[in-house]
Amino acid sequence: MRKLIVKALKKPFTAVVFALIVGFILGAVALAVGGYDPVRAYNYLFTGVFSSTNRMMQVLVDAVPIIFTGLAVAFAGKTGLFNIGADGQFILGQITGAVIGYYVPMPPVLHPVFILLCAFTIGGVYAGLASWLKNRFGIHEVISTIMLNWIAYYFMIFIVNMKSVKVPGSQHSPEILSSAKINFFSREFRSTEEGMSFVDKYPLLKPFVQTDAGYAIILMIGVSVLLWVILKYTRLGYELRAVGYNRFAAEFAAMPVKRNAILSMFISGGVSATGGALLVMSTSYYITMLGASEGYGWDGIAVALIAGNHPIGCIFAGLLYAGLKFGGLEIQSRMRAPTEIIKIMIGVLVLFIALAPALPRLAERLDRKE
Amino acid sequence: MELLNTVLLTVSITLMYSSPLIFTSLGGVITQRAGVDNIGLEGMMAFGACGAAVVGYFTANPWTGLLVGALFGGFLAFLHAFISVTAKGNQIISGIAINFIGLGVGIFITRRLFNGAAQSSTVPNGIPKVMDLLGLDKTESRLLQSAEFDVTVIFGFLFAFLIWFILYKTKTGLRVRACGEHPGAADTLGVNVTLIRYICTTLSGVMAGLGGGITALSIAYRFTPTVISGQGFIALAAVIFGNWKPIGATLACLLFGFAQALTVILGGVPWMPSEILKMLPYVLTLLVLMVFVERSTPPRALGQPYFKGQS
Repeated sequence: MRKLIVKALKKPFTAVVFALIVGFILGAVALAVGGYDPVRAYNYLFTGVFSSTNRMMQVLVDAVPIIFTGLAVAFAGKTGLFNIGADGQFILGQITGAVIGYYVPMPPVLHPVFILLCAFTIGGVYAGLASWLKNRFGIHEVISTIMLNWIAYYFMIFIVNMKSVKVPGSQHSPEILSSAKINFFSREFRSTEEGMSFVDKYPLLKPFVQTDAGYAIILMIGVSVLLWVILKYTRLGYELRAVGYNRFAAEFAAMPVKRNAILSMFISGGVSATGGALLVMSTSYYITMLGASEGYGWDGIAVALIAGNHPIGCIFAGLLYAGLKFGGLEIQSRMRAPTEIIKIMIGVLVLFIALAPALPRLAERLDRKE
Repeated sequence: MELLNTVLLTVSITLMYSSPLIFTSLGGVITQRAGVDNIGLEGMMAFGACGAAVVGYFTANPWTGLLVGALFGGFLAFLHAFISVTAKGNQIISGIAINFIGLGVGIFITRRLFNGAAQSSTVPNGIPKVMDLLGLDKTESRLLQSAEFDVTVIFGFLFAFLIWFILYKTKTGLRVRACGEHPGAADTLGVNVTLIRYICTTLSGVMAGLGGGITALSIAYRFTPTVISGQGFIALAAVIFGNWKPIGATLACLLFGFAQALTVILGGVPWMPSEILKMLPYVLTLLVLMVFVERSTPPRALGQPYFKGQS
């Protein structure tokens, strides 16, 4: 039994499971202290997600942007870089989507592709800038990317607030052209006669019609696999990981460490911005004057940490995160309990992931006692 | 007259915005000098702001509020100290987690107490202004009104001096710095590295909590989810820019406060979009770091947990 525990403690996955359990327990404690019944709350959390296929599909739709920022942080993380700037890059992706989606008319398939290419490049350059600042001036990317996040955020507000952009009487930019939308079925289709009879005819396709599900989901899976393959099976990935493990060893092995750092951040930023553009093209359709950033980048950091920087793991971590967020809304609407309980749970989860390095040591100590 | 008024206004707004930053970045200096990185300052500020605003609202006493804010921040920092020092976990990840928890619990508490609203009601009494305390009558003079600032500004400078004195002129300070440079050597000489790191890390949270409390009680007069929006990270940048020195960090904070003040003063200029102005502090931070960062050297053992017996 003890041997089993020791063995389990040495696996990184144990830390995540452990963290998850503690997160739920402390979340329950916070709920109880706040005067809410934790059992009822978790019941709503669970049924909020799993009670219908529409809801489950909605969680998948919600998860897509979070998975993208998660992938971005994870990819940079494998190279030993901490991309806190995923938020800013994501915002630039949103701006790109909203601006090109409305102002540059194009044929349907070409339009989203063009937007994604632009978003990837812009986000990549923005993140690469942080890497360049580190190489050239020695500014740590944790500081520089946070500043870049705020600059991107105010830039978005600036764009939306321009007289020529803002829709009169609203707080947002004009809705993107339908050629730029990438849902499987359009929103209008849902409420038409045709759409209703379609759902009756093919009940299995109901969640695809009645949510914002779209090609973003397929792209998300594709990008996750692609990043995993790059990291695992290509020379570039090998070099990037080598830098992550030991920068000096990589340098000694004549790998272009600085160039690779910029490249890694470029890809990371591009992936994050792609997520932002996809959000605009499949769900929000425009950008809004917000009081603060929506925090997709920060969600992504949590996702990457939960996934241990593994691209495929990010899909599951992102689904978990989106599920918690979506179920949290249910708790709020049913019990008027603050949805921030989810934020607290995630925080506790991440806190325990910070403790992960302690677990193998704990295992060794247990081992020695034997 | 108009010019003098503008100058005085700029100075007082600079002081208003820099004082929370000064407190927080002094906290950052203390903990980083002891070798523990703390990027959770932002969350500690937010949590401190929540405690200060909530207690300040219910007791109508800003000082009680500030004290509770400091305790709130200190509590989170103690958690961070446990993870960083005792458990020897990852300090960056822990900091991120604390940013989630600080803001999350803060809003949770606020929603619970203020009928589901994410922000608290306005506090009846903010932190007193210096001239009110001195009993000066400022209703007559516009200049005096412009030159007004909070008492906490003075405390900020006093703290900066105090921490400089402790770090550089006392035995304790030498020990703290030793823990950040070479904990192994300090340990050999009988310095209790664990204790010092615990105290310094917790103190950093206390200072960040004060900083958050000051933001809540002298700038916003309430807690909102966005009352702390990046100040914790700017304070962190100020630590680096100030070369991990208390006086240097304070000056850096004044510069960032000045950038904030410019956004307010220039806010009336019609051809300048306010969003572009609001980028100014962040752009300035980057530019300043580009010039200065190479001349600064972080404590050698920063961010590394200390294992007893390591060299």
